[in-house]
Amino acid sequence: MCRVGTQAAIEESALVERLRAGDEATFLELIDRLGPTMLRVAKMYVSSAAVAEEVVQDAWLGVLRGIDRFEGRASLRTWVLRIVTNIAKTRGKREGRSVPFATLSGAEDEPTWDPSAFTQHGEGSGGSWASMPVDWSGIPEDRLLAEESMSVVQGAIAGLPPMQAAVLRLRDVMGWSSQEVRNALELSETNQRVLLHRARAGVRRAVNDYLETGTSG
Amino acid sequence: MIGNEMSCREIVDLVTEYLEDALSQRERTRFEEHIAGCDGCDRTVEQYRLTIRLTGRLTEDQLSAPVRDALLEAFRGWKRVRDL
Repeated sequence: MCRVGTQAAIEESALVERLRAGDEATFLELIDRLGPTMLRVAKMYVSSAAVAEEVVQDAWLGVLRGIDRFEGRASLRTWVLRIVTNIAKTRGKREGRSVPFATLSGAEDEPTWDPSAFTQHGEGSGGSWASMPVDWSGIPEDRLLAEESMSVVQGAIAGLPPMQAAVLRLRDVMGWSSQEVRNALELSETNQRVLLHRARAGVRRAVNDYLETGTSG
Repeated sequence: MIGNEMSCREIVDLVTEYLEDALSQRERTRFEEHIAGCDGCDRTVEQYRLTIRLTGRLTEDQLSAPVRDALLEAFRGWKRVRDL
């Protein structure tokens, strides 16, 4: 584990040096890697895509102006995301925009699995399966991994509350660690995990609905 | 839901914590004991694992060309100020 971490740290250190030296290719690589995520995060807090683009621009200026002081205690990408989050929040406040928590994160009490799938109290031991989950391991790989499945996943993510989508993309699409996501989005460990759980549950349900239509009977 | 046994409903709520390795040793044991003897919950965990695998195959979007260009211009402006 240490070796991977050290290798990543060395690469990142070299990247920061090249950035400080004004290397354009490095900057382009960085904006390609982080820009789309920054845009999505900014959109959560501000009134329009155009304003979000301005926020991302401001964030990169903030990164460049602060790059000499970057110490590498957090990962570069965490630091960059925090910058855009802060600027987006400030801009959102200045616009008088305050998005209800539930809109960004989803309702707190919504069950992640259809409650009717479980036995109720009084039917033997309550909370057991009343209708069995589908056995996905029986589905041929080429169906599971097909383009159509992938677009069901895309669609499901696009339909998630934005904060759930943000956590899911960072963790499961981009492979960030739980700690990086917590730092970048300023979430507690519990918060991050609940959002991740709900997001995955939403995607799972969409994929299951899609797969079931082909495997009924 | 008798005594120390986890119900299937509880398992469903704890899947992410389990996969994140965030359960206590005791909870983890109870979780694994349950899914070892429960097809439904075993399938549930597998569904979540495969969901994560599917999601992992996605790639992120790209920035639009105008946005990218504007950022590059900002970078060049910053370089000028630094005499690079």
